[in-house]
Parts: sequence; structure tokens; C-alpha cells
Amino acid sequence: MAERTTREIYLGEGSGTGSGSQHLYVNMGPAHPAMHGIIHIVAELDGETVVKADVEIGYLHRAFEKECERGPYNNAIPYTDRLNYVSPLINNFGYASCVEKLLGIDVSERCKYIRVVMSEISRICDHLTCIGASAMELGAFTVFLYMIKAREYLWELVEDVTGARLTISYARVGGVKADLPEGFGLKTRKAFKETRQVLEEVGKLLTGNRIFMDRMVGVGALSREETIAYAITGPLLRAAGVAYDVRRAQPYWAYDRVEFEIPTGRNGDNYDRYLVRMAEMEQSMRIVEQALDALPGGAINVDFQGRPMDPASYVDLGKQGKTEGLLLIPITLSPNLQGLEKPVHHQVNVADKRVVLPPKEETYGSIEGLMNHFMLIMDGNGIRPPQGDAYFAVEGANGELGFYIVSDGTDRPYRVRCRPPCFPPMAALHRMIEGEMVADVVPSFGSINMIGGELDR
Amino acid sequence: MGLGGFFTGKLDEAIGWARKYSIFQYPFVTACCGMEYMATACSHYDVDRFGAGLPRFSPRQADVLFVVGTISHKLAPALKRIYDQMCEPKWVVAFGVCTCTGGFYDNYATVMGIDTIIPVDVYIPGCPPRPESVLDGLMKLQDKIAAGAQRY
Amino acid sequence: MDGQSALLRLTTTFGGRIIETHAYRGDHTAVVERSALLDVLRFCRDEADLGFDFLMDLTSVDYLKYPGREFGPRFEVVYHLYSLAHNHRLRLKVRVEEDDARVPSAVPLWPVANWFEREVWDMFGIRFDGHPDLRRLLMYEEFQGHPLRKDYPVNKRQPLIGPKN
Repeated sequence: MAERTTREIYLGEGSGTGSGSQHLYVNMGPAHPAMHGIIHIVAELDGETVVKADVEIGYLHRAFEKECERGPYNNAIPYTDRLNYVSPLINNFGYASCVEKLLGIDVSERCKYIRVVMSEISRICDHLTCIGASAMELGAFTVFLYMIKAREYLWELVEDVTGARLTISYARVGGVKADLPEGFGLKTRKAFKETRQVLEEVGKLLTGNRIFMDRMVGVGALSREETIAYAITGPLLRAAGVAYDVRRAQPYWAYDRVEFEIPTGRNGDNYDRYLVRMAEMEQSMRIVEQALDALPGGAINVDFQGRPMDPASYVDLGKQGKTEGLLLIPITLSPNLQGLEKPVHHQVNVADKRVVLPPKEETYGSIEGLMNHFMLIMDGNGIRPPQGDAYFAVEGANGELGFYIVSDGTDRPYRVRCRPPCFPPMAALHRMIEGEMVADVVPSFGSINMIGGELDR
Repeated sequence: MGLGGFFTGKLDEAIGWARKYSIFQYPFVTACCGMEYMATACSHYDVDRFGAGLPRFSPRQADVLFVVGTISHKLAPALKRIYDQMCEPKWVVAFGVCTCTGGFYDNYATVMGIDTIIPVDVYIPGCPPRPESVLDGLMKLQDKIAAGAQRY
Repeated sequence: MDGQSALLRLTTTFGGRIIETHAYRGDHTAVVERSALLDVLRFCRDEADLGFDFLMDLTSVDYLKYPGREFGPRFEVVYHLYSLAHNHRLRLKVRVEEDDARVPSAVPLWPVANWFEREVWDMFGIRFDGHPDLRRLLMYEEFQGHPLRKDYPVNKRQPLIGPKN
């Protein structure tokens, strides 16, 4: 193959042998400018048509599954951030929920709603990035700038809640790290207003755009049967006309209590995938607005009376053992600091002492709290689900994101398997691009929204 | 130092000044850091203010190699090859902690810092670094370029 | 039809070739004899009232260090099936000995099994008989060993270039 490739490149199609045209092999990747992500496609070309393609992945294999086996259950959460790093919150919650399923516990109502809100914000970020990047690769750079602008507004929300922009590690087994900050609802609505405006602009720029449609309509199509045979889920499956969504089919958290539609397409081509993603963002915003309205428990951070004190000196006093009267001192803390607020725990996280770290007030203030803390932190203790295995699926931005965890009864997961949603579409990528032109590889690949961290783990 | 030395010194300074505001970068984007790279490059943080707004997607036309994201052992030969294809003078920025040291991926699959493979000029730690720290790293690189600090 | 009746359907049809069935935390599992695997998978897919049209996931678990299972078959290959029409799930498992780590390939039934099986071969070293192209998927060809096996040290590196750290 290699020899033929070189000769073809130098001499051009059909030259050299005198026996008519020959096929040309072209390597695309692993660092290809028009593809966001590192994959390697060896395409066999007849003229400009792709006859056969071989897709090679694994360039971002970072041993997620092996790393998870190394530490206690909560230690895997930062690794889950980096699976689908465009929508890390969904991975976080998916993993935490799977461990909760293994433990047989259920989180509080407020926590469920928080998870719904944060997941949907994440999903919007993911779709924005996907559409923006694939439009950029088709030459629509403006769209990319607009989309990233909108994503920035949403990231500010995420930062308010979690303290980080991208790798947030917000979930905990049995709850979340902190409650929503004050004024979050208002800020969200404001950010959504901006996002809606961007979506409207982008809709005007792309949806009826002649060039965009020429590049997208009818390209990279997969039939309904083939999509199912390749176990493709998410926007790609919905674009082929199947209204499968884990949020609707097997509702988890609070998805059975919010109203939303499942947008579907008909043709399963790149254009339908684009339309499905655009419509899904609107639905996600709808879900967030409903969930914020229905958020049980109300605000947690109330105004305090009495002497304010900064958290660090509070903790220092506790460490020195000067706990006399300490518990009476009211204190304001950033809601982003983990576990520092008792009310947060009481309303957000489960009351199960086997699972959730006690509030720092209790850790430093009472011997039970301290023991509880150590029981969860020390090596060999911690969260110990009984022996067994469980599979839990959430609707990731790209489709069904499943976690399969095997527990051996110790504080470390015996095996963590992630079912990456963009793996099946990548396995079917050669079916999407065979028979199309070389230039069509780029939008087809873009429509999959391949995320290296998730694909190669 | 004679008059000639004075002029070559001034000339170097001028070249350094010109170079530092015309950074043509090649983003070798692999992983999570790419999201922050996008955020830095787009309108909110606008890397164009520093003369580094134009990515060249061919290593042969680029001055600065931005290595953005984890490098696995499978990818390492490709990175080395891209570095070798770049023309002198060239600089390398290690963007994110995975490229600096391997980060928390201490396992069989990942390279423990790209400086085991190619030389690095500026390290930007963070997982991923915030756009502010990326811009800080970029300015440090500009200082280095202006000072003509070459490795060779 | 729920998972329980799906399991019942399998046991009545295949009898002794289903080694055991159980439900844990709402997940229904059947452990299948290796020789019956393809028949069971095909039955699950084609039977109208089962209708498992999605092979959601295919993976493997190495039970080398699992308490109480050190001396049993080392590997378990795990299939997660989902039915779009009936909205139910089923998990199938096949136990595999280390010296005879082979499983019939599911590629003729679901094309997506191609990559899933390549990944399992790559990570665990289990061969799939009848697979059209069983190459490594995530690691490179020069890599020795199968990293997700419990006896592969997590930081044993095999760099292609650079220092052998």
C-alpha cells in the first residue's frame, strides 16, 4: 500500500502502470487541520470519491478505566470530568448515580433538580461547541465565534456553581459538592436570553444558507436500520427518526417531572443532525427553566445576624481545639467551598453517613463528625458498596452514556466501564463517508461530535 | 562595541519586536485543554490582541507550536514529526498540566511531559489553564522571543 | 415485558445452557454458556417479544483478584442489550477461562460489535472467533500485553519514542 501511495502522489491518478486509473490512498490525521480531534482515517479514493475508509482511533487513550480502579470511589470523579470534556457535568452525575445505584441509595429531591439543571446547561454547551466547530470547518467562522460567545455565558454560570469552568468535579456520590448560589435563577435566565439571541442569529446564518445546505443535506446519511444496528444513540439516532432519549425512556432524577419534546429528523443526514441539535438546545433551556421554578427547598443561604468571621480562622480555631462557643458563631461561606455549610448537606445531599462527608462544622465540632469523616477518608474505609454490579445510563450530549461498575465490597471500584456515546458513531463513520466526496468527510465527522476523551477514554 | 555591533544589536531588537507580535501558531489540539484554547482564541479573551490570532494549520508555516492536551505514547511520534517539520526559529508552548508533566494521568498510556520528546519554551500549568493564565504564558513567550533567547 | 419475564423466556427456551440468572438493583442478568452465546443473542434480537435491537455495550471484566472468584473462570464478557420497542434492558455474561480466552464474535448480528470486540481484545486479550479483523483498537501494534488485565501494572510504559520511563 505504501509503495503505491507514494507513486500515486508523485505521478497522479492513473499514471505509471498504463492500466487505467488506480485508487489513491490518502491519510487524514492524526493531526488534521479540518478535524477537531485526533483520529486517523486512511481513505481509498477513486478520483475524489471515498471508496473505502479505515478509521483508526486511540490517540487519546488515557487509561480512564484503569485509573478508576486505583483509588476510592470518589477519586474517579475528576477522571470522569475528562471523558466528555465538553459536557463534564453529565459524566460526573452519571458516574455518581451509578455508584448510588450500587449502594441502593437515592439522593434528595433538591439534588435531583440541581443535577437536571446542571446537566442541561452542560448539554447546551456541548451542542454549541459541536455546531460551532463543525460550521467553522465548513468555513463559517462567524458562527464559531458566536457559539463560543454563548458558551462563555453558560460557563460563567457553571463557574458560579462549581468554582471551575471546565473540569468541575461537581458531583459527589450521594449528592453534589455545593448548593446553587444565590441569584442563580436570575443569572441563568439572563444567560439564556443571550444564548437564545445567539441561536437565533446562528439560525439565520446557517439554517437556510445555500452553501451550508449544499454541504450538509443528504451527506453522511445513515438509514434508520443501520443506525440501530450500530447502536448509535443521541442526536444521530433522533435525526434518523427514532425518538429514543434515555431521559424519556427510562427517566432518572427529575426528568419525569419536567416537560420537554424530543426533536427528531427524517433523513438521518448531517443537516438533520444539525437541526436536531439546534432544537435540543431550546428544549434544554425549557427544562432548566421548569426545574428552576420547581426547585424544592428554596434558597439556602440566608442573611445571618451576629458576628461575621472568615472561614479560615473558624477552621483554625477548630483545629486548635478551641471549639467553645464556636458552633454558635454564625458564618458566611462561599457556597462553593465543599461541605462547609450544614444546611447545604441537609437539603442537598443524602443523610446516609456511609456515603457523604459530614459538614466541616461537624467534623471539627464533634467526635462523631470527626469519626464519620475519617471513616470515609481513610484508606480501606470509605464508600463500600456491597458486592455486585450495576449499569446506569444517562442521556449524554452525544447519546446514551452508560456506566457499568463492578464492586468487590471494598472501597475501590473493581471495574469501571464507560459506554461512550460517540464510540458507536465512530465505528460507523466509514459507512457515512464511503461513497461521498473527500470534502464531505469533514462535515460528517463534525456531525458525530467526536470527543477524544470519551471515545478513547 | 563598535558602531557595527551597535547596529546589529538594534537590528536584533527590532526583529525581536516584530516577531513577538506576529506569532503564527500551530495548535496541536488533542484533549480537554482544546476547549479552553477555543475560549482563549475567541472573542471573550481574544488572543488576537497579542498578535497571535491566526492559527496556521500547517507546521511548515508556523512559528509556535501549541501542544494542547494530553499526549499519549501512540501520538508521540506524530508530535515529534510535526515539531521536526517546523522551520527555525520555532518555539513550543506546553499548554496544560498533561503536557507539562503528564498530570494525574500517571499510567501506561500517557507521556509524562512532552519535554521528554521535544524542547519546551513556556509551560502553562492548569487542568485546564484558565484563559488568563494562557495569556500570561503567551506574554512570557513574547518576552522570550523579544529577548532573542534561542536555545541553540 | 419486563426484565424478569425476559429472563424466564430465556431459561424456558435454552434450559441448561443458561447457567444462572439473577436480578440485582433492577438489572437483570443471565450467565450463558459460551457455546450457546450466539444462539441466545440471536434469539434475543429476533424474537418479537424480546426485541433487543441494540447492542448497547460489550465489555469484559477480569476477575483475577475478585474475592471469592480467584479460582473460577478468569474473565467475563458482558453484553448489555436494549430493546427500543419494549424499552427494557438485559445483561448477558459469558465466562471465559484464561487459557482458552475465546468467544464467538457477535459481528454477524450487530456491526457495532466489531469495534467493541477489538477493544476487548486490545484491553483484555480475549479473542473473538469469526471476527473479520481482530486488531488492537486503542493501543498501538507494538504494545505488549493487555493493559486492563489485573496483572498489568498501571504505569508500565512502552513508549514508541523518547525515554523508557
